[in-house]
Amino acid sequence: MRTHNQKAWFFVLPVLLLVAFNALIPMMTVVNYSVQETFGNNVFFWEGLRWFQELLNSDRFHAALGRQFLFTGIILAVEIPLGIIIALAMPRKGMWVPVCLVLMALPMLIPWNVVGAMWNIFTLPRIGMLGYFMNDVLGVHYDMTQNPTAAWITIVIMDVWHWTSLVVLLCYAGLVSIPDAYYQAAKIDGASGWAVFRHIQLPKMKQVLTIAILLRFMDSFNIYTEPFVLTGGGPGNSTTLLSIDLVKIALGQFDLGPAAAMSLIYFAVTLLVSWLFYTLMTKDDEP
Amino acid sequence: MAKITLRGLRHSYEPSPKGPEDYALKAIDLDWSDGGAYALLGPSGCGKSTLLNIISGLLVPSEGQVLFDDHDVTALPPDRRNIAQVFQFPVIYDTMSVYDNLAFPLRNRGVPEARVAERVGEIAEMLDVTDLLRTRAAGLSPDNKQKISMGRGLVRDDVNVVMFDEPLTVIDPHLKWKLRSKLKELHARVGATMIYVTHDQTEALTFADQVVVMQDGEIVQIGTPVELFERPAHTFVGHFIGSPGMNVLPAVQDGARVLFEGHSVALEGPVTGGAGRLEIGIRPEFIELAETGLPATVRRVADVGRHNVVEAVVGKTSVKLVVEGDVPAPGSDVHLGFRPDQTRAYRDGWLATEREST
Repeated sequence: MRTHNQKAWFFVLPVLLLVAFNALIPMMTVVNYSVQETFGNNVFFWEGLRWFQELLNSDRFHAALGRQFLFTGIILAVEIPLGIIIALAMPRKGMWVPVCLVLMALPMLIPWNVVGAMWNIFTLPRIGMLGYFMNDVLGVHYDMTQNPTAAWITIVIMDVWHWTSLVVLLCYAGLVSIPDAYYQAAKIDGASGWAVFRHIQLPKMKQVLTIAILLRFMDSFNIYTEPFVLTGGGPGNSTTLLSIDLVKIALGQFDLGPAAAMSLIYFAVTLLVSWLFYTLMTKDDEP
Repeated sequence: MAKITLRGLRHSYEPSPKGPEDYALKAIDLDWSDGGAYALLGPSGCGKSTLLNIISGLLVPSEGQVLFDDHDVTALPPDRRNIAQVFQFPVIYDTMSVYDNLAFPLRNRGVPEARVAERVGEIAEMLDVTDLLRTRAAGLSPDNKQKISMGRGLVRDDVNVVMFDEPLTVIDPHLKWKLRSKLKELHARVGATMIYVTHDQTEALTFADQVVVMQDGEIVQIGTPVELFERPAHTFVGHFIGSPGMNVLPAVQDGARVLFEGHSVALEGPVTGGAGRLEIGIRPEFIELAETGLPATVRRVADVGRHNVVEAVVGKTSVKLVVEGDVPAPGSDVHLGFRPDQTRAYRDGWLATEREST
């Protein structure tokens, strides 16, 4: 007979409280808002699922969601291959390793709003170095405050600059953990460079790469500060990503009910995609 | 399959070696005949893996030549030498099935698929992994993974030499024995030259027809397992091979006699000339408890299963001997008899007696 000791629950309590106060309770507040209408003064009117229905049928939401997926799709398509390529090109041993690692880590140490401000100044026509170079030296019209394409190019480059390092460092960690014997065996087996990548390096990087993609997906899908500082969602609504739109609804229009409903859908989409991706990537890990 | 000749090999990992201490390998000359089973035996850091990597082409030696069938391959990369190597840790291509793993070296060389299927089938059957061919290699147990690594080495029928770099290190003890006999069997069936690197004397002595013992980047002795055991050319070999190792006892020369702790000891033959530190070497198996002989006091007795190892003290020096049957109690006084034909003098570590021709 096994005796059951209930004492363990007591040790879980602090974590439970922590999770309750920083996740569950705020979340329930949002749920509460999402089914009501308020005009302030702590007066609420029951609205049921109206905000959800309206939101799911709203062109504005569809557009923002579309832009969000496009943005995340583009930066993943650039950062993941680029990160892998840079990680492969980095030295595995020697004096250049710390130099490369520090250089790689630098962009990640800069606060988000500073990154936004930096790229804002950098790309402004006439004032910024890039803006000046593009417009006055190359003669290409490049103005992210006027031109949606330029704005998109700028936020993508900014994100690539800021976050490719994360992919690089994770992949690099995966690469250096491969024992030399694998490379030696591949050499003896007559494997081509591509075969070494395909059958040794990529499989060994798979787990860190899964984490890298997941982190980059979640982070870029929830991105707010950098594009907000850089373009403010403009020109027009061309770079109004989901989070920027959400803040506009919640704080600009003070529509707390619809904003709450949008938050929940936003959260559900992030969660669903992350879960799907993770499940697909790890499903054949079990022997 | 090929004959392997190493000529004047030296290797240093330093860019500009100054003295002999900078060399991981010092002056290696070897001739290995086609189809033999050889072992490189030595403690960690003695240069055996360096030597192996030079033969496989993963490393280019600082000096000297590697010849396969009198053809200089020193500058050739591993894939052009037609060699195979099995590493300490199993190397498996995780994403592939066992079949694809075994087929990989053949497919890389453009062997037609029908021939690949034939060879993989043969090798899988030799290794008893036919049932596993369709499974994913990633989920295998360590010993099966190592079998697949070996299989990838053996699958090509044109290999000059198959090299094993301590392949049984990660294998559980009860499976080591099985894999070792499998290897021996494979050697008999495949007939390729095989070189086996290990620091485990049992592995070396059971696998190889000829063992090369190395120490500090030098070859100390080359011989059959029996030769290494019975007539070590160096006290290191005597000590390294055997359990317990050979007794190495300090001695002084007094004319034609050799004295150990003041007692004259009979040797297998006359001591060769020269100066230097003199020692007597005798294996514990060749010392017996006798009525007369060197007076000694038993210090401790260890029962190691088949026999007892008795440690006795002569003067100030402790001597180990193997005793079958009854053993004296610790503290008792005994006499030790050395078998003269197995007792030798060593000068500065090297054998310094001549065997008397009978």
